[in-house]
Amino acid sequence: MITTLITGLVLGGTYALVAMGLTLQYGISRIMNLAYGEILIFAAFAAFLLFSTLGINPILGLAIVLPLAFAFGYLIYGVMMQPLVARSKKSGTLEVDSILATFGLLFVIQGVMLVVFGSNYTSYNFLNTGINVLGTNIAANRLLAFALAVIIGATLFYVLTRTRWGTTIRAIAVNPDAAPLVGIDVNRTARFAFALGTMLAASGGVMISMYQTFNASMGVVFTMKALVIVIMGGLGNLMGALVAGLLLGIVETLVATHVDPGLTLAATYLLFLGVLLWKPSGLFGKAAGR
Amino acid sequence: MTRTILGFILVALGLAALAFLPTQLGAYGVGLLLGMTGYVVLASAWALFSGPTRYVSLATVAFFGIGAYTVAVLSEALPYWAVLLVAAGIGLCVALVVGLATLRLAGVYFVIFTFGLAELIRQLVTWYEVNVTGTLGRYIFLPITAEQIYWQLLGLAAITIAIGWFISRSRLGLALKVIGDDETVAAHTGINIAGVKLALFAVSATIITLVGAIQAPRWTYVEPSIVFNPTISFLTLIMALLGGANRLWGPALGAIPLFLLFEWLSANFPNHYSIILGLLFIAIVFVVPRGVLAGAEDFWKRLRSNGEAA
Repeated sequence: MITTLITGLVLGGTYALVAMGLTLQYGISRIMNLAYGEILIFAAFAAFLLFSTLGINPILGLAIVLPLAFAFGYLIYGVMMQPLVARSKKSGTLEVDSILATFGLLFVIQGVMLVVFGSNYTSYNFLNTGINVLGTNIAANRLLAFALAVIIGATLFYVLTRTRWGTTIRAIAVNPDAAPLVGIDVNRTARFAFALGTMLAASGGVMISMYQTFNASMGVVFTMKALVIVIMGGLGNLMGALVAGLLLGIVETLVATHVDPGLTLAATYLLFLGVLLWKPSGLFGKAAGR
Repeated sequence: MTRTILGFILVALGLAALAFLPTQLGAYGVGLLLGMTGYVVLASAWALFSGPTRYVSLATVAFFGIGAYTVAVLSEALPYWAVLLVAAGIGLCVALVVGLATLRLAGVYFVIFTFGLAELIRQLVTWYEVNVTGTLGRYIFLPITAEQIYWQLLGLAAITIAIGWFISRSRLGLALKVIGDDETVAAHTGINIAGVKLALFAVSATIITLVGAIQAPRWTYVEPSIVFNPTISFLTLIMALLGGANRLWGPALGAIPLFLLFEWLSANFPNHYSIILGLLFIAIVFVVPRGVLAGAEDFWKRLRSNGEAA
């Protein structure tokens, strides 16, 4: 039981981090990004490439991958999303348009990955030694991933809740119409939040590449999990995403060890269904209906 | 009134001509025609629900796959017509579960739920086959020729478009227009919003399931990863959008050129077609967000008003 809990928490740490990125993109930039998991997998492949060809370890790899991911997110928002945002001021169709546009993007990124990396499962060996934690043997790479998730997550949380800049971002999430009245440049901040979300997706990808096998068509599953966590935690709620992410990690590990590893996605869906029927606004959310 | 009758006669003549077509074409031509008709039905059925409500359903292939896989499992145990009925029934049940869970809420929940649905059902079927029956992959041996499949699909296409036509002229169609324009107004005029959406989603999903079931004998060998291929959802969506999801003939109009393009791309650029299609899709969302038909109408109107002003 302790084993399952610890493994689950470690897995949940990565999930929570990934979901925080998505909640930034959806809660603040108002972009429902269906290509989110593809970006994550792309970063996983990047980490794999850096490690296997150049011998750069994934921790240093983060320093290369994350700025690139940030730049990519910044570019994508500027090129693809900004015109949609501008258009939706008249028609109010941003949600549908962003869903459709990112659905197209999903196939583009997936296609690029299939061409470049092929469709085989990939993994590499990094710090694959057991460490004893409370009587449980856990691979060092998983623990490292968890530690990284905690560090990145805590930094983000601190920045968003304690700094002026973070308050600006949250102000947009609370009331996008009133934010410009107090001198906030909504467009610029939304773009920044979107890029930040992309960066978090990439960091999750690097972590996952350290301890899991992955392939080019797995992105959908990660997008799905992140979306379910975001809904469970309440849209745009960082703390909620954190708790829900850990919860999903534990549930998945429980199902994988005690029922069947092939049913983890089904467990995710069941959880999602439960939340939808019981508390559609999320476990910690206040109001839905957007 | 005379115009409606004339329209009916024209459509009936067109149908007769299309039904006659396979006798003039070789095996390749019939295969092409069959695939095209399949996508015309898929896109039209998708637009039946998603056009007026603007709820983007990403689960087309979930229902398509359910249909195809049901045929694979039951084709030897039951007569063909009964298999089709069972497939339609399963599709309907899944649609009701999905609809009941999400359609009462905001549209995002529906999109998210349908987004992973195909993957979920694929994993469940795979899990069941590996753990319970012990086999992955099934053969379908049914004495059905390509022509017969084509005629069935053509009939289904006619039915789907007829349903679309009837809905647009009925109270239900009026209710849908109000919902599409303003849900709050719709609720205040006494329209049962969730009920209308649920009914429409169920009809659309059942038709999509039937397309999968009817096309299944074409494959002979069926595997979860073949019938739950996400490209099918993607293609359906892009076809309906190109033609215009809000028009009766829009999805059919979008399906024909894109199906041919897809055939050509997958023959010539087998590795890159999903990149090309993805870019094309993004372009469609940007350039003709409401479809070619609506775009052409706008253009025509502007042209005429300009002419009058001058």
